[in-house]
Amino acid sequence: MSTYIKLAWRNLWRNKKRTLIAAASVFFAVILALIMRSMQTGYYDYMIDASVRMYTGYIQIHGKDYWEKKSLEESMILDEKHLNKLKKIKGITLAVPRFETYSLISHGNKTKVAQITGINPQEENKLTDLKKKMIEGNFLDDSSKGIVIAQGLAEILKVGVGDSVVIYGQGYHGVTAAAQIPITGIVKFTLPDLNKAFTYLTLNYAQWLFSAPERLTSLSIMIDNPNELNRIESQLKNIFNEDYEVMDWEELSPELVQSIQVDNAQGIIMLGILYVVIAFGIFGTIMMMTAERVKEFGILISVGMKKWKLGLVTLYETLFVSFLGVFTGAIISIPILLYFKANPIPLTGEMADAILAWGFEPILPFAVYPGMFFAQIWTVLAIAMVSALYPILFIRKLKPVEALRG
Amino acid sequence: MSLIELNQVSKIYDETIVPIRAVDNVNLKIGKGEFTSIVGPSGSGKTTMLNLIGGLDQPTEGKIIVDGTDISTYKPDALINFRLHHIGFVFQAYNLIPVFTAKENVEFIMLLQNIPKSEREKRAVEFLEAVGLKDRINSTPAELSGGQQQRVAVARALASQPSFVLADEPTANLDSVSAESLLDLMEDLNHKHNMTFVFSTHDQRVIKRAHRIVTLQDGKIKKDEMNPAHAKSEA
Repeated sequence: MSTYIKLAWRNLWRNKKRTLIAAASVFFAVILALIMRSMQTGYYDYMIDASVRMYTGYIQIHGKDYWEKKSLEESMILDEKHLNKLKKIKGITLAVPRFETYSLISHGNKTKVAQITGINPQEENKLTDLKKKMIEGNFLDDSSKGIVIAQGLAEILKVGVGDSVVIYGQGYHGVTAAAQIPITGIVKFTLPDLNKAFTYLTLNYAQWLFSAPERLTSLSIMIDNPNELNRIESQLKNIFNEDYEVMDWEELSPELVQSIQVDNAQGIIMLGILYVVIAFGIFGTIMMMTAERVKEFGILISVGMKKWKLGLVTLYETLFVSFLGVFTGAIISIPILLYFKANPIPLTGEMADAILAWGFEPILPFAVYPGMFFAQIWTVLAIAMVSALYPILFIRKLKPVEALRG
Repeated sequence: MSLIELNQVSKIYDETIVPIRAVDNVNLKIGKGEFTSIVGPSGSGKTTMLNLIGGLDQPTEGKIIVDGTDISTYKPDALINFRLHHIGFVFQAYNLIPVFTAKENVEFIMLLQNIPKSEREKRAVEFLEAVGLKDRINSTPAELSGGQQQRVAVARALASQPSFVLADEPTANLDSVSAESLLDLMEDLNHKHNMTFVFSTHDQRVIKRAHRIVTLQDGKIKKDEMNPAHAKSEA
């Protein structure tokens, strides 16, 4: 066996230029494919991370049917027993309680529907970095009886810090919820939908105002490793039984999932085109190598080399060229990908505006996963194996007398 | 008993409008230890006959018996195996494996025969020594002259211990000194080891050395005679 490997390896270097060109085509294709995948995956990871940090968290726990009905009647009470079990789950870094409802908000003769969110200021700040988004006044503290409203909403109502707004809505079990509340701060969101509708009260005050003491509409969970999502979600589902619903970010943000899927499909098509180019490169080289060695194959078969053994030698040659390109490409790409992971590419122009509109920083970070490399290696090797069938089939049909003529 | 026997062998190529009888109803027997040249003008059927004897091609009609085995009905895979164990080939253009050294080239056929490494190495060195290339065993074909390459090819053919050696125009690409030297070598191996050689050639240098000369014309044996020059020298 080692002699056939030796023969294949030395055969490769009979025509150094051809071998190097073939390996280089694989090398550059692998680097390009890895950069494309790393950029795409990094962008998705970034979008997902930014999205969950903006509001939802990786997982949310609600009262049963709350997500569909969005009604306080489906709000929940989380007892100590549940919370203690939750705290014991490995990988959960944060659990942020919220009380969310809709209500009329009014100042003077201006009235608008707004989302009222009762929050634990410290916990909320850990998840969404809300304090950093304050542009005026003070952020809430636990004893605060004021309201923080989004800047767009403040403009519509023509209010500022120190003014008061009237909240008028429906509390738990249909009880009227009404209060005049001073504005203590203004927060700015880049996403227009949020900026025109969001308001924040402390959790206790919101629960009191809407006559729902101790009730929550959601508990947002953050985890330290997104790869552990399925395990943690499954453990939470075991703790929170049929009276609750446990939803992950994909269920909470289906539009984000859809946008990633569409983009990913485009990326896969591009990658497919790249692989077709690689396939033609490898196949073309193999065809050339086969065509110029017809006589040599004829000689080897004439002197008694079995066709399958000769086919094996050509298979080794194809694998060597492919491995050479794949491995050097993968190794060289590691520092490039790591650099761009640490130093994301800043985006400008329309793409940056589009990302800003989503409320994310316009950057393009790269991701580096071992699986990404294996996927490229296996794909290119699969192409090589398919291409290697050509000389094998060619040799199978070869008649020594005809081959000896050249 | 003959080592090689052709019984009413014909090879007809019918791809053309008029079928060509490259070898036409030939009967020939070659015994062990013979040093035979098949000669004739271009298109007389020399190479076709050599291909048939060597199991590289199959006859349209007739039987070819080599070493007591009828190979005319063998399937291609069985013929490969037969060639490997019974026939040594020497080609006009040497046809060594360019990426292997002389020693590796000689060893290669033995490797295909599954001969153990130590035995392969021993025999390769022995045969390269016999063809006068002891000091060039680690040279690649590109580092050897045409004559030296053909000597390696002879060593390769013999190291596999075949029943006979088929040589197709072995001296065609060699200068006179190298050609004479190669013929000396083959004649010597024929004498010392009783090795059978069958040449296809129109090189007078080879014809002069052959013990038996089979002359072909239009696919038929025109003349089959012992070489008078050789008979005289033996006498």
